[in-house]
Formats: sequence, C-alpha cells, structure tokens
Amino acid sequence: MNKIKYAILMCLCSFALFAQDYFPKNDGVKTTNTNYQAFTNAKIHITPTQVVENGTLLIRDGKIVASGNQVNIPKNSTVIDLAGKSIYPSFIDMYSTFGVKKPERAPGQGRSPQYEPTRSGYYWNDHVMPENNAIDKFQFDEKAAKELMKAGFGVVNTHIEDGIVRGSGALVALNANAGNEARILDAQSAQYFSFRKSVTSRQSYPGSIMGSMALLRQMYYDADWYAKGNSKTTDLSLEALNANKNLVQIFGAGSRMNVMRADKVGDLFGIQYVILGGGDEYERVQDIKSTNASYIIPVNFQDAYDVENAYLSRSLSLSDMKAWNQEPTNPKILAENAVKFAFTTHDLKSPKSFMANVRKALEYGLSKEKALEALTTVPAQLLGKSSEIGSLQKGAYANFLISSGDIFDKNTTLYENWVQGQKTVLENMNTKDIRGDYEFRLAGDDYKMTLKGDLSKLKSEITSAGKKRGSKVSYADDWINISMTSKDSTNQEFIRLVANVTSGNTLNGKALFPNGNEMTFYGTKLENTDDSTSEDKKTDKMSDSKTKEVVPVTYPNVAYGFAEKPKAETMLFKNATVWTGEDEGVLKNTDMLIKNGKIAKIGKNLSDGSARVIDATGKHITAGVIDEHSHIAASSINEGGHNSSAEVTIEDVIDDEDIDIYRNLAGGVTSIQILHGSANPIGGRSAIIKLKWGESAQDMVFENSPKFIKFALGENVKQSNWSSFSRFPQTRMGVEQLYMDYFNRAKAYDALKKSGKPYRKDIEMDVIAEILNKERFISCHSYVQSEINMLMKVADRFDFNINTFTHILEGYKVADKMKDHGVGGSTFSDWWAYKYEVNDAIPYNAAIMHNAGVVVAINSDDGEMSRRLNQEAAKSVKYGGISEEDAWKFVTLNPAKLLHIDDRVGSLKVGKDADIVLWTEHPMSIYTKAEKTIIEGVTYFDLKRDEQLRSQIKKEKAELINQMMQAKNKGLKTQPIKKTEKDQMHCDYLDHVQH
Amino acid sequence: MKNINIKLIVVALLSISFGFAQQTPASKQSKTIAITGATAHIGNGTVIENSLIVFENGKLINVADMSGVKLDLGKMDVIDATGKHVYPGFIVPNSTLGLVEISAVRATDDDAEIGSWNPHIRSLIAYNAESKIVESMRPNGVLLAQVTPRGGRISGTSSIVQLDAWNWEDAAIKVDDGVHMNWPNNFSRGRWWLGEDPTMKVNKNYNAQVTEVENWFNETKAYINGDKSPKHLPYEGTKGLLDGSKTLYIHVDDEKGITDAVNFSKAYQIKSTVIVGGYEAHKVADLLKRNNIPVLLQRVHTRPSQTDDDYDMPFKLAKLLTDKGVVVALETSGQMERMNSRNLPFYAGTTVAHGLSKAQALQLITQNPAKILGIDDNYGTLEIGKSATLFISEGDALDMRTNILTHAFIDGRLISLETHQTELWKRYSKKLESQD
Repeated sequence: MNKIKYAILMCLCSFALFAQDYFPKNDGVKTTNTNYQAFTNAKIHITPTQVVENGTLLIRDGKIVASGNQVNIPKNSTVIDLAGKSIYPSFIDMYSTFGVKKPERAPGQGRSPQYEPTRSGYYWNDHVMPENNAIDKFQFDEKAAKELMKAGFGVVNTHIEDGIVRGSGALVALNANAGNEARILDAQSAQYFSFRKSVTSRQSYPGSIMGSMALLRQMYYDADWYAKGNSKTTDLSLEALNANKNLVQIFGAGSRMNVMRADKVGDLFGIQYVILGGGDEYERVQDIKSTNASYIIPVNFQDAYDVENAYLSRSLSLSDMKAWNQEPTNPKILAENAVKFAFTTHDLKSPKSFMANVRKALEYGLSKEKALEALTTVPAQLLGKSSEIGSLQKGAYANFLISSGDIFDKNTTLYENWVQGQKTVLENMNTKDIRGDYEFRLAGDDYKMTLKGDLSKLKSEITSAGKKRGSKVSYADDWINISMTSKDSTNQEFIRLVANVTSGNTLNGKALFPNGNEMTFYGTKLENTDDSTSEDKKTDKMSDSKTKEVVPVTYPNVAYGFAEKPKAETMLFKNATVWTGEDEGVLKNTDMLIKNGKIAKIGKNLSDGSARVIDATGKHITAGVIDEHSHIAASSINEGGHNSSAEVTIEDVIDDEDIDIYRNLAGGVTSIQILHGSANPIGGRSAIIKLKWGESAQDMVFENSPKFIKFALGENVKQSNWSSFSRFPQTRMGVEQLYMDYFNRAKAYDALKKSGKPYRKDIEMDVIAEILNKERFISCHSYVQSEINMLMKVADRFDFNINTFTHILEGYKVADKMKDHGVGGSTFSDWWAYKYEVNDAIPYNAAIMHNAGVVVAINSDDGEMSRRLNQEAAKSVKYGGISEEDAWKFVTLNPAKLLHIDDRVGSLKVGKDADIVLWTEHPMSIYTKAEKTIIEGVTYFDLKRDEQLRSQIKKEKAELINQMMQAKNKGLKTQPIKKTEKDQMHCDYLDHVQH
Repeated sequence: MKNINIKLIVVALLSISFGFAQQTPASKQSKTIAITGATAHIGNGTVIENSLIVFENGKLINVADMSGVKLDLGKMDVIDATGKHVYPGFIVPNSTLGLVEISAVRATDDDAEIGSWNPHIRSLIAYNAESKIVESMRPNGVLLAQVTPRGGRISGTSSIVQLDAWNWEDAAIKVDDGVHMNWPNNFSRGRWWLGEDPTMKVNKNYNAQVTEVENWFNETKAYINGDKSPKHLPYEGTKGLLDGSKTLYIHVDDEKGITDAVNFSKAYQIKSTVIVGGYEAHKVADLLKRNNIPVLLQRVHTRPSQTDDDYDMPFKLAKLLTDKGVVVALETSGQMERMNSRNLPFYAGTTVAHGLSKAQALQLITQNPAKILGIDDNYGTLEIGKSATLFISEGDALDMRTNILTHAFIDGRLISLETHQTELWKRYSKKLESQD
C-alpha cells in the first residue's frame, strides 16, 4: 500500500532535473552533466569547528566533491568567486511538520463519551498509530519551503503531529528545483511520540498524561509479545511499531516536566528518545542532564507582557514574568552543562523570527559554535546522517548557505541557499552597492542625488538648485532606472534616466527628456558618505540589543522558591509543649533535639554544642500533619478513560512547583498521599510524598514508599452526575461485579505468571495481583453503607483486607463491621449534602468510628482544607467529644498508620524522622499558626522567612515590570496579560488538555 | 417520557426522605428568662464577665454586670450559665441556605434563575424553611441568614430570615432587603472545550458590559418618570435602589472593578451600596471608607486567588479592611457554601490568628452584618430593647473545640439544637453501644 503511494508520488514529479537512469525520455535527448561547480575564495565553515579562510568548495551532481584550502579545480568547472563571503552548511530542523497537513478533528461526540476504538485490525487504542507514515501525506509546499530557506534551512525531518504514537517521519530536502525523487532523503527517518491524543478520534482513553505514559508502557510490552508470535490476531499497529524499532525515536514532550516523564517511559524499555523540550529546561538543568538524552530545543522566546495597565498587570504571576526574563538563557545553560541539543522552528509562528531568536540566545551567552552545531552537526548526528547532511565534507549533499559574513551577525545578508546543488537566490550577491550621494549635470542644471535603503528596495532623493524633485528609482540586475519631475513643476512631465551599473561608484547612461531628446548621463558617487543610515537605526529598534539582567532561578522557580536548596540543621527547641503522640502524651516545658534529619532527644535540660537553639517557650511542637487524601502537587488526577486504570500512577505526574505545596507547609503539613481521583471503580496508584519544597518531583516521594491504589464507589464511578451512559458499571450492583471480574482475572493471571509459562505482561493485572498478594493497599473512596459493606465482602472472598476507606461518610453505620474487617477510616470532618449519597453524612462520623475501635484519620481532598487540617481535627472535639490528644492523632499518627509510614513519621519519638511543626499556640486552637515546618531537619516553612520572601517577590516583580516597560518603550512587540489561576483539584478533576 | 418518570421518582424519593426530618419550630416565649453568670459577648466590641441577661416577649430587657444588679429572679426561668459564654446569634449574609438542598440533585436546586437581568426574582419565595441544612446551622450559633439568589448580571432580590420557622413567611425578618448585582469581570477565561487557551485573559468586553449596567439604570430612571403602564417587572425590581428603600449589593473582587463599581454607585446616587466578595477591597479601603461603603468579605477559608499572594491573604483581609475603618462582615459563598456556613464562627476565629482582636472578630459576624443588612435595630448585639436572638456556649464560640451550644433563642424562643445529623449520631451510637 505504502509502496504504491510512494511510486505514484515519484511518477508525478516528472520535471526532475536529476537524471533517473531507468526513466524513458520523450522530450529530447538524454544528457549527462559531469561538470563541476567551484566556489572559491570563501570563508568556509566545513563544520562548526573546522573553518577555512580563502577556501574552495567543489560540488557536482548535488554533492560535495571537495572542500578546503587544497582543492584542485577540474577544468570542466564553472567557478564562482566568493571573495569576502562565507559559506555555511545549511540548517536542519528535525521537529518539523513541513508538507504534512494537520489532521482534522473528529466531529462532535454523542450523548456519552466514546470508550471503544474506531478502527479494527490495529491497536486497541486509536491514539497509537505507528503505522502512519508522514511520507504518505507529504506534499512539497513551495511557499513554506521558501520561508524555511530564507531562515537558512536546507533539510527538515517532517512528521504527522498528531496522536501519542505518530508513526514514521521523513527526511526531506527543501529542493524546489527537483521532484520528490531527489528531495526524499529518507522516507522513514524517525519515529515520533507525544503524550497528546489524536484529534482524529474521540476515544476517551487516555484522558491524562499518566494515562498516556501507562498506554505507552503497555504498548511496548504488547509489541514485544506480538513480535514473539503470541498473538492470534493481526495488529498492524504493533507490526509497524516493531518495524520502526531501529529508527531514531523522537518524543514531543514540550516541557521540562514532560521531558522527565518521557525519559522515564523510555528507560523502562532501554529506549533513549531524542526529546523535544519546552524551553524551560534551565529550571532544573541537572535533572535534564541526568536523563542522558539529546534534545530538540525550541527558541520561541516570549515577548514581554504589555504591563502598561497597572491594575491588570498585577495579575501576572512571578513565574510567568520570570519565564520571559530567563528563557533566552536556556540554550546557554544547556550548552554549559554539556547537554546535547538541536534547534527547531517548532512553536514559532513563522520561521521568519527564527534567526532573531537564535541571536537572542547568543546575546544571552550561547557560543556561536554551539549554535551552529545545534543547527547542523547535532541534528545530522541525531538523525544518523552525519555523512550526508549538516557539514560541508566530501560526500555530503551540497546543502549550503552563502552569506556576506558571519551568519549570526544581524547585518549579514544571506544571499543564496543551495540545496542538493540547486541554487535559490535570496538576495542577489552580485548586486553592486550603489548607495550613496551623487552629483551630475544635465542640460545646464546641477543635480544632487542620494540613493539609500535596501538594495532591493532602493529609494532616491534628488534636488536641483535647492529644490526637491519628485523621483522614483528601480534597480535590478545592474540596471538602474530613475524618473524625476522636470524643472517646471506646473507640467506633469518627467525626465527619465537609465544606466548600466558597472561599478559601485559610477552611473553611466542616458537621460531622456520630455521633449524626446536624449543626452548622455554621467553620475559619480561622492566619497566619504556617512554609512550609518537611518535604516540601521530602525533595525536596531527591532531587536533587544542590550541584554537584560537575568533574575536568578529559584527552587522551585516560582514565587516563594529557595535561592539555594535548604539543608538539614541540628536544632534544639527549648521549653516547648511537646505533643508526642506516644504513651508519654503531652509534655510541658520540654526540650527537643533534632539531628541528622531525625529526632535525637526529647527531655528536660537538653544541650548540644552544635545545635541552633530555639526558644519555644509558650509554643507547641507536634509531629507534622499528614493528609491521607490530597490532590495537590499533581499534573493530573483522574484517568477515567476506562473503568479500571490500575496501570497509571500518580508518581508519574507529581508537580514539584505547585504553590499549594508551600501553602500546605504553612499549615503544618509535611506528608501527603496524592490519590488518584474517583472517576472509576479501580483507580490509579498513589504517590506518597513529603512536601520538600524545592526538590524535584522524584525526590519528594517516600523512600521505599508503601504501595497504594485508589478504589472508588458510588455516584462518581457510576457516572451519575454527568452525561455518560455507556460505561459499565452504571449501578452499585455492577460495581461489585466489576471487582469480581478483575480480581478473578488477576488471580488467574498471577497463577499463570508464577507457573513460569509464557504470558502476556499486563501492567493492570500485575498491579491488581499485588493487591491479592497483600503487597499493595487499597484506599477506597466510599460513601454509603451498602457499598462499604460490599467491598469488604469482596475482599473477604479473595482473602485480603481493604486497608482504608477514604471519605467513608456512612462509616458510622457499619463501624462494627469495619472494626471486624480491620479497615481504617479516613473521613471529612464535616462535609455533606453535596451529592445524594452524602445526605446522611454526619460530622460525628469520626467520633463514632473511633469509639468503635477503627483507626480514624481526618483528610482534606481539597487544597484549601488541607492547609487547615489542625482545625479540622479540632472539630472532632466539638462533634462527638473526642479527647484533644486523640483528635490530634486523627491528622498525624493515624494517617501515618493507615499509610504504613508510622515507623518513620506521625509522632514524636526518638529515631523517627524530624518532621515537626512549631506552633505559636495550642496546635488545635483556632488562634494558632505554624511558625516553622520542618522535614527531616530541613526548615521548609518559616514565618520570618515568609515575610522576607514577600518583600523579595514584590521587589523582583517591580524589577521585571520595569524591564518589560523598557522593552515596550524600545518598540519591541508585547503580548497581552494573562492571569494564572490554579485549578481546584478534587476527586473529579479531569485534565483540560487531554479531556 | 422516560425523563419525566425519572424526575417523578426523584421528587418522590426526596419528599419521603426530607418530609419528616425537620425539628419542630419553637413556640413563642411565654415566660421571662434570665441567664446568669455567663461571660456575655455583646457583639459591639464589649464583654461583660459574670453577666445577667434577661428577656421577655422576645426582647432583651436587661443586659448588665450581675454584681451591680438586684433582681427578683423568682418569676423567671433562670439559666445558670456560670463559666459559659453568651453571644448574639451569628448572621450569615449572601447565603443560598434553603435554596438548594443537595448540590448534585438538580431537582433540589433553586438558587439561580435564567437570564441576565433578574431584579424582580425574589429569593424568599423558594426559601425552604424545612431544609435539613438550615437546621444544621443552629448548633453552631448561626441563627440568621440573608437568602440570596445567584447568577446573571442582576441576580435578584434577597431577604433576611431567622433559621427556625414553619414556612418562609414565618422565617422572614426583612423582606426584599436588597438587589444583588455581579459586576463585570476584568478577566475572562478561555473556553478550553472549544479549543481556546484556558488561561485567564483580559476581558475585552468589560467596558461594554459596564455600559450595559449603566443603560439598565438609565432605562429604569426613565421608566420611573413615566406612567409605569404596563408594569415592567424588572424595572420595578430595580426601583428600590434608586429611591433608597433597597440596598445594592455589588459582587466584585478586583481593585479596578471595585473602584468602577463605587463610582457607578455615586454617579447613580445609590443610597446604600455594599461590596460583596472584595478580595482586593483592602487596596481601595480609603475610597470605600470615604463613601461609607461596607464590605461583605469573601470566605476566610479559601486559598489566595493568585499564586504569588501571601499564603494568609484570605485570613488577614478582614484585619486589613478593619484597620482602615471599613465596616466588614464575613460571608461564606463558594464551593459547598450552604453546608459550610455553619463554620462561620471559625472563619471569624481564624481572623484573630491573623491580626484582629477576638471582640473585633466577633463583630464581623454579629454587629457588622446586622448594620450592613439593616437589621441592627433588632439584631446583632445584646442590647436592651433588641431581639433576644442569642445562644449559650460551653466555651469560646469562635474556637472549634469549645463551640458547644447548650441553649439557643430566636426572638426569645428556645429553639431545638437537634438536627438530622444529631439524630443519626445518637441512633447509631446507641446501636453500636448495645452491641458491646
């Protein structure tokens, strides 16, 4: 099929200049041109590091025959003298969509989301399309080619920018003078990926980035299994994926965080993607470097925001403003850290602005050599085509640029872009520079003439006897035509001048008068004209010539970030009220020493020479608050595209720069479980993290983290409150059977796996089998008693325990059964009445369950409530009369127990992690504040430091506003203000981008 | 047909489960009641330790320091509240209490009418005096509410109710007190489901939308000057704002919007204007003070609206405004606003941790809302001649641990502190105990 299309494509291009031996010829005789072309006396950049002055470039038949100082010019050569000019290899863009039309969006969906695939014979997910080949959709786009050539490009690697697996890309030369038979350098040059779904299908799965990651992983497992001949059915997608295995694998990640995620997927399968970055890699360049990946880096540096309106500009966030200020340093920082990268025009509105942006990167410290590498040798090497493209070495394609000088200098003119030995003239390099002031005499009158402007758009000014004459000029191919009004201004009469320009200094020709007379015309350029024309000043305005002061990167690179990552300290708190959460209870006038990230001593009259002493008189120290149910610090929450999504994990999508991390710290929270949402009966795996503000996502996760998974019951999983009627289950009856089905299947799967016989690896089944094997714990979103009871009975039948019911608002109705089953309850303090199933939710729930002997926690499920969990615990004193000490355990030791981390955190005990909070008052008083929040001895929140940060943020914003005002006043382009508002992440949150 | 059946079933189910749940409203005060020995929080900034509070026929007849008074307590019901605290009933303004029962069940949802210009729409009509959520306010001391419609540019007309009533007529203590308007937003969000960038961008239609508001009032003025025939219900609904009989509540958060709204109010000579929300009101506090415009301040327990804001910004806004002399009361609108309105006292408590005194914090939910809503002749403070709408708490009512009510009175009537929730609590505690 593909081959046929390819053949048709080739036949259509019958105007080929390249000889095709086996093609018949009917429009003349067959000819073969064996002549050479020699470009002499040029400064030749053979590679970014190998430059020769006065060199010669010899080409024939579209390829380079020789380059350098010692080139013998054969007799059958045409010679082009390039004295004073430079030759560069032309540029390569390896992340292009050139000539490939954007696929069209599938028409609107019906009453319910689409869960099934649209196709058959292919992979079960429509968004996996390795069988697509860009070459099948490729149509040479002359206009786009011209734009790219003007920007210096000669070769692009194009692809279909759609779907999660996008199939193969094609390497094509921007050769407008030949057909596809010559242009196509490699019809299958690379395979492309992304996390974004195809617009061509409305299949729901995956609905999140973590779903995309899980899908890719399962696909690789399936491909391997398919390759071994295990499938009874045909899957053209997997066949194509396997066939594309040895191509370069390019991943369109598009942001720092997604870069890390893409690399993580690849690592599992030994695949090293070449990754498209987002331009924000500088924020955590060490992480970027640690991937060992090579990158494709965009240069779409933002315009300054238009901050003239003082009210509106206040809505700009510091991180958005910093991005504008810092982004141009990205290439430099990558180069300094020896990260290999190529440039791309991707995400630029037009290639026209490409060079200006590269220049900006140079102004911010990138070396010219690295820039040239990123445009030539690096992409060539990444594509495995170093011998063919990206340099001017013998044997490579004759793809090169002729310029007036340094290609990165803004005053340099790019004359010609040669692709495969075919010339495209951008500016005529032989045009003589006739700009300047002239004097001449015609029919007894003296004239003064100034020629100025671009050579291709010359302007004239003529005066005679102190009076200005109207005039027009045209200049091309060494001929100049000038018309000017005659002396008698009442008549509409013109004197015309025509001259052949033989040198840059004299105009020799004829003058034609209104009366038909002809006369010789001779003009001489005056010496010593001022060469800083007004045009130069104008172009100055167009670019930000002076480098702005770059504000420092912080950890994370948003407001309230640390200038340097904070370190653990030895601290001695004196004379505090210490809430141990252990048998010792609440100790008054007590000291506490923390050292090496652990609680070292609790007692009276402690001392330690190396410790920073903190007077805690009148203050209280507790263990850090732990939130069993949180949705902050994550880029996605729900993968609702299937009724089970055990294959996804929140650990894949931790967002390390979420401001709610900081705000939670300000509320005394130190550890949280980020749970998957409640979109499906079997949700995704959790991330249990410490709120180490400033650290990277992966460094926040608990060491040897206990394994958890979210389950959910009730209205959300049966999709009661929105329009969806086609996904099983739609009733609580169906929910039970879904669990029975999955556990039965997982049991069979696990038995087969353990038997040593071949089996199809299934991530989802692996995870569910972990539950059956008691290696993974369930935290189940639950409301009404019937379903709570049901899930315990299902677990009983498979001989394991549910670990936690979260929300569990009718837990009080079945607290005795919960106690018997051994399940804990993590509930809201007082939420109710938002859905029908919480009609009987009561704030006494925690108290009743606690009194029945259930381990009880109070959770948030909410970025606002989570920063006040101390208050939520206090409500248990009001509603049901729980003692203060027990109430406090609801947000510390008990959630630690439920999360199986109580050996490390949750109470104040010597040897446990120094995750502590210093409160200004009683921790459950409405009048208290967290003064210091410490994790493993590191102070991540401090009231005093917070004050300093506020004034620092104010100062930094003022400085950046000022820089933006300066940019605008310079005449630079600006972008309108936007306002960043955080999404409220709850159980039912769905990704915008993916939804 | 199928849909109708489902609706009928839902309605039937709801009427079964809600029909019998409500506590019986208390009958009129028949005997004089004296509360002795309590710490009385008057609501106007003063506190009387060891107080005597006497009320008769629903009105306070004495509020004093016990040591200074000799009174024959023989004819009265005396409540010894030594060591306890007495507060005026808390007032929740800008509330949808009684308008929605269960957020996700559309059939129970009556808070927003369609259309943009609804001054004639009256919240009181839909107020469900038998709501299970309404009764759950009382055990926390929230005894009065302004019931407010939502939606549109002009949402409708609010009324003020007490929270122990047989029906909406019974409940009303001030009918049609004001009209609520949502001021145009300076920012608008891209519709991501249409492929637009979902970020907040400057609202290009802002000026046009403000002009629409001005036009509405211009048209109303013209209508009033004519023969008013036939009657134009929406203009009739707007009339009270221009003659001063109703308050204009302008819901707006940003500094520019507030400034524009104040100038609008001045230009149209609106006699009584209140800013609702007011996240950035502290930046124009002087303007508000100068024009005697109070603020119903957005829920204290929210996150800062922008990432760079101080983490405690919502906690300290009341302090910032109070220090500048602006009259501030707390409102509770937002996510889960009805059920969470019982946390009103704790919203006030939180402002103390962030700068206000306890007495000032109490004013935010007693005297100040009474003033702003225009019911301070009768409610909001414990002063002689005013309604005996008050409660006794075991301890500090602004702190979760000690907000434990023993008695509550509305207009002197001793109301039930039981709720659907306390009944379930008792029923299931008993069930579990009996198994031991």
